[in-house]
Amino acid sequence: MLRKRMLSLAAVALLAFLTLGAGDSTARFDKLGHKLMCRCGCNQVLLECNHVGCTYSDTMRNELQAGIERGDSDDLILQAFVQKYGTVVLAAPTTTGFNRVAWIMPYLALLGGLALVILVVRKWALRPAAIPAAAQPGASPDLDLYRELARKETEL
Amino acid sequence: MPALGTFALLLGLALAVYSLVAGTLALLRVHEHADRLGETARRAGIGVFLAVSVAMLALITATYQNDFSVAYIFHHSNRALPLIYKFSALWSGQEGSLLFWAFLLSAYGFVLRARHKVDVRLVAHASVILAAVQVFFLLLLNLAANPFAMMVGNLPADGNGLNPLLQYPEMVIHPPMLYLGYVGFTVPFAFALGALIMRYPGEKWIHITRRWTMVTWLFLSCGIILGMHWAYSVLGWGGYWGWDPVESASFFPWLTGTAFLHSVMMQEKRGMMKVWNVWLIFCTFLLCIFGTLLTRSGIVSSVHAFAQSSIGSWFFAFLGLVIAVCLFFFFKNYDHLKSENKLESLVSRESSFLFNNLLFLAACFTVLWGTLFPVLSEWVTDHKITVGPPFFNRVMIPVALLLLLLTGVGPLLAWRSTSLESLKRNFTWPALGGLAVALLLVLFGMRPWHELSVFYAWTAIALGMMVTLTILSEFWRGARVIASHTGSGLAAAVVQLTRRNTRRYGGYLVHFGIVLIFLGIAGAAFNQEKEQEMGFGDRMTLGPYTLVCRSYTQSENYGSGSPQGADQPNYSSESAIVDVYRGGRPIATMYPERRFYTASEQTATMVANHSTLAEDLYLVYAGRNQDTERPIIRAHLNPLVAWIWIGFFVVLFGTLVALVPPLPASKLAPARAPASGQRRAAPVEVGD
Repeated sequence: MLRKRMLSLAAVALLAFLTLGAGDSTARFDKLGHKLMCRCGCNQVLLECNHVGCTYSDTMRNELQAGIERGDSDDLILQAFVQKYGTVVLAAPTTTGFNRVAWIMPYLALLGGLALVILVVRKWALRPAAIPAAAQPGASPDLDLYRELARKETEL
Repeated sequence: MPALGTFALLLGLALAVYSLVAGTLALLRVHEHADRLGETARRAGIGVFLAVSVAMLALITATYQNDFSVAYIFHHSNRALPLIYKFSALWSGQEGSLLFWAFLLSAYGFVLRARHKVDVRLVAHASVILAAVQVFFLLLLNLAANPFAMMVGNLPADGNGLNPLLQYPEMVIHPPMLYLGYVGFTVPFAFALGALIMRYPGEKWIHITRRWTMVTWLFLSCGIILGMHWAYSVLGWGGYWGWDPVESASFFPWLTGTAFLHSVMMQEKRGMMKVWNVWLIFCTFLLCIFGTLLTRSGIVSSVHAFAQSSIGSWFFAFLGLVIAVCLFFFFKNYDHLKSENKLESLVSRESSFLFNNLLFLAACFTVLWGTLFPVLSEWVTDHKITVGPPFFNRVMIPVALLLLLLTGVGPLLAWRSTSLESLKRNFTWPALGGLAVALLLVLFGMRPWHELSVFYAWTAIALGMMVTLTILSEFWRGARVIASHTGSGLAAAVVQLTRRNTRRYGGYLVHFGIVLIFLGIAGAAFNQEKEQEMGFGDRMTLGPYTLVCRSYTQSENYGSGSPQGADQPNYSSESAIVDVYRGGRPIATMYPERRFYTASEQTATMVANHSTLAEDLYLVYAGRNQDTERPIIRAHLNPLVAWIWIGFFVVLFGTLVALVPPLPASKLAPARAPASGQRRAAPVEVGD
């Protein structure tokens, strides 16, 4: 009885191990397949190319599957594709060399713009105040209520 | 017909040149009868519309007559092509689409010139600028991309046919919508430049162009969404947006145009941001032209691009000229654009518009940067690289989420200044609502910390709830005030509230539509996909669905417009019949199909889609196994996609509401008489 139970447990563990492995492999295939472009000229991500008779996507998918089954690391697999098809095969720029600029610029532009907006707002907000601070609009909660009411009924 | 079309195009060019030259001379007052000269220029501008209309009708007629002596018709039509697609062949190629562009431009010009009494002098300036743009497009059509160019040698018996991807009902509507958007931005551009040139006093030009801008923006939005739906339904890769350069080209002006629609309110209400607004509309127009250049010049590679041609240099020259003219008049009349007011507080509606504009422009820059980086990289490093969806998704989603956050926060801020107390009072419930949804999603199994895409989806849904609650609270509070004034019910009060300030509440509806679109896009984080060979009776399981292949077949279609006994079909097709079960119950039968178009020798996918509010079951006939002859079916399970299309209809409805003039004060429901001893201020009358 005990032996039977042990055997069942072992079978379940083996099945779980195999399923886990399969899941990982599928997830990796999906992840890496979306980091590569099909080279048939369709301008689509490898796993999304649906051209009939595409001479590239099937071969590339098989190569990707083979790399995963060999146990190659992600980097090694991607590098092998770059060796064979050139840098255009990668769906996004790498984070090395000049390609870093591609990633940095959008954030730099956003931060630069943000700094500019804050500077403009501060410059405008810090203009000499003619009215004492206590009497400025927005300082009184009562005025706030009236302003909000007027805004609701009149403006955008 | 080709001779008539060629003559009409030449006549159109002559009239446009006259309208430009005579209009300019009239404005400069160099002629003693300047007003009469100006009137002839206006009428010549109207004449351009008639001439270009004749040219366009000539090309359409020749297409229906299968006149393959015209090279354009030979390349983009054939005898078996269904009648409706013969019409859409007009914009399926370079020359025809430019003719269509010139037609729309002349139609906009016709309306503008016909309504000149709205402000004769301003319209005269705008008309001259429009005429200059028309001259460019008509020069292009007459000299570089003539749609009536004739075939050389023997007349072919049949044409090459229309690109199969374009033989789809949406393709009859999508390009015209997109072009109406692209071309339409010429009008606000012409008014803005005209107002700058003549140092137009006040903000009336903005009031005049407000509806133009909104209608144009709506057309562009329709064009983009229809394009997404077409890509989803026809391309068969299971998605609706692939960051292709041509898709992005339509997105540039949409982003700057949306920024303009927001920031222009600051100029209307507070006389601020004049320089910013003028440049936003200049940039929007320039990006429309730049997008066209990208599509047609072959600078970047794209599946949607027209054939490469030499017209790129024409567009570069035109862009350079427009930038030079804009810069010249900007520096010449810079002092005219000084702000009348200053920003008073960082916590105000004005600053929320500033941040909104910053995000829209950052988004526009990012898309532009990503689209052009391959060109830059090749130039610098001599290596070609790809900038595809992983790049855009990674950098654009955070910006989009910040925009969604601002959509919720912005309407809660008052003009000039908002106290933190007021902000806290208005913001607490929507923020708590958003947090509650975020927690509920985690309780129901969403794990935002596992994957970045899931985190983004989780954030988008929570922010969407916050924005929705903000909008609802705005409607509720406004309606409650009206209901207490008039004694009407809450529903009637909501209607009256909206009619009193159509622009504001229409805008809220547009925001709600955008929330729904975000919800639909967030669903992509949970997409599933499976591919399998399916013979008779074979089963496939995907999510809660079981698919059973009932049959597969082949057929031929000769097209409704083809002559009896045509020797070759328009297309032959392979399709599968798939029964769909959920929980053991049959729920649908689907017919994924693949077509082979005879004339063009190209294939096209006809996706079968079973769409519900929760998810789309999307089947693609991926091909046939050559050994077993059995079909290969790719199934996608795409959650929440339907909300993208529903969201678009809400955006459409909201924009239409915003376009309706507000109810005049005389038609407002009378206020209920206040109780004795109770004083209540009469509601302030509204204007937009």
